[in-house]
Amino acid sequence: MRYLFRTQYQQDIALWRHNGDRFWYGLLAVLVLVAPALLGEFYIGELGAVFIFAIAGVGLMLLVGYTGLISLGHAAFLGIGAYVNAVLLAQGVPFLVTLPLAGLFTALCGAAIGRPTLRMSGLYLAIATLAFGSIVGTIFQKWTAVTGGFDGFAVPTPYVFGIAIEGATGIYYVSLVVLAFVLWVSANLLRSPTGRAMVAIRDSEVSAQSMGIHLARYKTMAFAISAGMTGLAGALFAHYVRYLAPDAFDVLLSVQFVTIVFVGGLGSLRGAILGAMFVRLLPQFIAVVRDDLPFGIGRLPGLEPSLFGLVLVFVILFQPGGLNGMWLKTKHWFQTFPFKRQTSFRRQKTYAKSERLR
Amino acid sequence: MILFQAEDLSVRFGGIRAVDSVSFDVRQGEVFSIIGPNGAGKTTIFNLISRIYSSTSGRLIFEGKEFTRTPAYQIAGLGIARTFQNIELFPNATLLQNLLIGRHCHSRVGFASELMFLPSVRKAELRHRERVEDVIAFLGLERHRESLIANLPYGVRKVVELGRALCIQPKLLLLDEPSSGLNVEETEGMGFWIEDIKKDLGITVIMVEHDMSLVNQVSDRVMALNYGKVLAMGTPREVQSHPEVVKAYLGGEVENAA
Repeated sequence: MRYLFRTQYQQDIALWRHNGDRFWYGLLAVLVLVAPALLGEFYIGELGAVFIFAIAGVGLMLLVGYTGLISLGHAAFLGIGAYVNAVLLAQGVPFLVTLPLAGLFTALCGAAIGRPTLRMSGLYLAIATLAFGSIVGTIFQKWTAVTGGFDGFAVPTPYVFGIAIEGATGIYYVSLVVLAFVLWVSANLLRSPTGRAMVAIRDSEVSAQSMGIHLARYKTMAFAISAGMTGLAGALFAHYVRYLAPDAFDVLLSVQFVTIVFVGGLGSLRGAILGAMFVRLLPQFIAVVRDDLPFGIGRLPGLEPSLFGLVLVFVILFQPGGLNGMWLKTKHWFQTFPFKRQTSFRRQKTYAKSERLR
Repeated sequence: MILFQAEDLSVRFGGIRAVDSVSFDVRQGEVFSIIGPNGAGKTTIFNLISRIYSSTSGRLIFEGKEFTRTPAYQIAGLGIARTFQNIELFPNATLLQNLLIGRHCHSRVGFASELMFLPSVRKAELRHRERVEDVIAFLGLERHRESLIANLPYGVRKVVELGRALCIQPKLLLLDEPSSGLNVEETEGMGFWIEDIKKDLGITVIMVEHDMSLVNQVSDRVMALNYGKVLAMGTPREVQSHPEVVKAYLGGEVENAA
């Protein structure tokens, strides 16, 4: 067990709590940097997709896990980011401009949707964002002059400093950089007044207000930041799928994002990443074991969505801390070995209440 | 010197006059208590002052400036802090984070510098932390600093809420039933803190309270309410012996009742 001896307030706002953190995260950074040299093309592609989903997951985590607002329309933000990036690239704008523009424009869209939904919470907000998602989906289909409609269009190859970002490895590295940036920015925000204001709004709006927090401003801001990060993910997603068609950005994708934050563990950036790994890797896992399952279960249609649903229900019922909570418990077990306490693994009684999602 | 004034304050919810033409003023440096039976409109007055409710008519004046239509989130910035009857802390944050949220109205850093956590943000954070540590030391909350509010006992949470209000560095502190849910000892401790807040920090206090021993211990003046109307105002002794107040509490018939 590690006991931190703190002598300065600085230590409480540092990104890394101690040298152990620095070592393990450094090791992880080295591993993901050299991964393309060690793994095959397919795995790097999948890992790149995990990064892209993790970027969107971090964005949604700030909204759902920290500000306590729900969104079932984040696939639309992913789509907006993807189309803005791809359409501008096709016009000949360089990638280093289109990527931030995609994020900024999506952030503006997020602020625009956040503003009218300020007075909504819980289910009503879920329905409003769901409606927003389907409206944007329809726009992608019908605005053929820009999006190409159902025919879609091929996303041009991006260039960074004259180097073509091609193949799984290129997308992998760009996604890794963006993910690192998004994580850094989020961690900074969460240790700043804005992050605390978001947590305050999540836990009690009435007292947040009495502490001088402008609810409308911070909720709009949370929507904008969340949408902006999802837009960045969308820009990368366009290059991952390489061919943009509107049906990629449907409600099921939004539900996958929500699954990321719930299964990963509400209120934790690490959870967003673990959740993204889960959501991207479960389908692969199903594909691998599909043929070996007894009684033809593997051939049942809808196996994947139902498994997602089942996992979501079980996580909410039995593991409200999500994968992050499991990780913390496991770590605790090793740290205190062999002095595991009975209470360490007691089933948590604090369910993810619907009120949390106000 | 008069710090705060309520002039002819009224609020109606449908047909009910929850607060009916209430006027009072609070002098700099005093502890002003509002008492009254349940449903008398005490907490409603607090909600009017902190602008969670809008008054139907009347004026609110703080330091000579009217704030009857100021939005709720600007009230803390004026220097008016409050606590809540049923504790409205942020349960899934640590005590330290809760108190830091109390510093929010003093935060002046820009959003872009927050994103990058520039040295200016770091400096501001450290300054806020020092103020928070002052409050922690004042209330003796050191050993709970890292605890989640959800894991703290009720009595401690009550003190944390007081601390969060103090982090605003208010000129006027509204305490909504500071002793509710506390045992005799904790109530006594709360009384000492209220006295210290008045004497050492020089903060003016308006307090809604049911525990008459606490009211007697700390109040300079008391206002008694019933059905949204002022029954009596004066020193604790005067108000408690006032016949209307006795009737309201003992449930006797009030002459010329509305």
